[in-house]
Amino acid sequence: MKLLKVTGIETFYDKIQALKGISLEVEQGKIVTILGANGAGKTTTMKTIAGLLKPKKGKIEFLGEDITGLRPDQLLKKGIALVPEGRAILSSMTVYENLEMGAYQRNDKEVEQDIENVMKLFPILKERKTQLAGTLSGGQQQMLAIARAILSKPKLLLLDEPSMGLAPLIVTAIFKIIKEIKESGTTVLLVEQNAKQALKIADYGYVLETGKVIISGNAEDLLEDSRIVEAYLGKKSS
Amino acid sequence: MLLEQLINGITLGSIYAIIALGFTLVFGVLGIINMAHGEIFMFGAFMGIIVTSTLKWPLWAAFLVAIAVTAILGYMLERFALRPLRGKQGVSHLAPLISTIGVSILLENISHHLFGAGNHPFRNSFAEINFQIGSITVYLVQIIIFVISIILMMALSYWLLRTKAGKALRATAENLETASILGVNTKKIIILTVIIASAMGGIAGILVGMAFNSVNPQMGLSMGLKGLAIIILGGMGNVKGAMAGGLILGLSETFVVAYGDSGYRDAIAFIIIIIILLVRPQGIFGQKSAAEGR
Repeated sequence: MKLLKVTGIETFYDKIQALKGISLEVEQGKIVTILGANGAGKTTTMKTIAGLLKPKKGKIEFLGEDITGLRPDQLLKKGIALVPEGRAILSSMTVYENLEMGAYQRNDKEVEQDIENVMKLFPILKERKTQLAGTLSGGQQQMLAIARAILSKPKLLLLDEPSMGLAPLIVTAIFKIIKEIKESGTTVLLVEQNAKQALKIADYGYVLETGKVIISGNAEDLLEDSRIVEAYLGKKSS
Repeated sequence: MLLEQLINGITLGSIYAIIALGFTLVFGVLGIINMAHGEIFMFGAFMGIIVTSTLKWPLWAAFLVAIAVTAILGYMLERFALRPLRGKQGVSHLAPLISTIGVSILLENISHHLFGAGNHPFRNSFAEINFQIGSITVYLVQIIIFVISIILMMALSYWLLRTKAGKALRATAENLETASILGVNTKKIIILTVIIASAMGGIAGILVGMAFNSVNPQMGLSMGLKGLAIIILGGMGNVKGAMAGGLILGLSETFVVAYGDSGYRDAIAFIIIIIILLVRPQGIFGQKSAAEGR
């Protein structure tokens, strides 16, 4: 089943066109990854899907419903959560308050229990729960950002460069967590510069270049694709 | 004598703190100085006069009317003077400041028209009630002002720290975009912030009317500038800073009048600004740069 269907979106920053008609689909229960160099339009695509930017043209459908132009808080209610590039931790609030904000739109009684559960998944957050989130290390902040997004119980989780600027060991841990999120039933759309690791956990991939999709295919095939190997994986690593 | 001045200083300081809280909330969330805050405060003070002196209603009704009127003024300020400028291309970041200055002039002129230019005494039955404790005279009005201020500050702190809406406001103040992806309707939070800030200004207006027994259309400007001085002193957008800054300014003004030259009273606020800007530009509780952590 199609969870997300993006058709020909064009997004502008003032007069500069960042997306030149991007179309992509995300199947329920899968990890779909968007690859590409800096400035290819990956983050713009994510921000447009999450409602932070409004496309001038094109259509975004979620579970068959047209959601183009809705605000981020409306999209979160529908089940789309974004972990933005650079993590966007609320640094003047405590770790626990950040987690509470993750469940901001929920009014059920399980919120507290769910926060306990994600803290079990990320023990470092439990240790630091009364600390200001700004005092966490980069990797810890990334875990907090992911944990926070999970607490909204999204159907689709948008992860924008979760491995950026992190040490290799932590990157491995983050990718493991993304896989676990998928196994728990949440669909993931993942933007990554780390093409090899992204393709290893993904089911399907898109490659962007200057605001357009230039290659798409099953992740296994993309790992073998000579164009991708050359441009993003390095010849040796194939 | 010293104790009496201390009580006077704390009374004045707690009013200043409430005015500054209104400034600091709006600055924290919207990143702008609301120059109309002083005039909204002045409207609150006039509501106090009208309700207690003209209509002869009880004091609690004055508070309700002042809160309602200033909250509406706050809503209109946001709706017509701030929102149209937000998120538009090519709008200078100074535009909202200029816009609030425009609103402040408008409100001052409206109040000239409605209430007249002169001083209006704040007549109420208990203005002269006082207690003699040893050699110290304490006025009931002072106690009321102090208690209301403390309740207001505690309620606001509790609301910001413990409630969902308060946390949403803090999140919005830190980063609008982040708050919105966490599901906060930031437009609503902005409206709520301006309304709460304005209503606090309205309450402060009545308290000032009670404390000084005098209300006039020009009082907004000087009070607005003092509020500004306080948030620079305490740290822009900082709630604790606004409270502490208010008390510091109130106490120093009172002591200058008591032991120095009363002519320098209004200069104190601005001397403090100059010193703070030289010594600790981020204010007592402020962080070095709000943008650094982002």
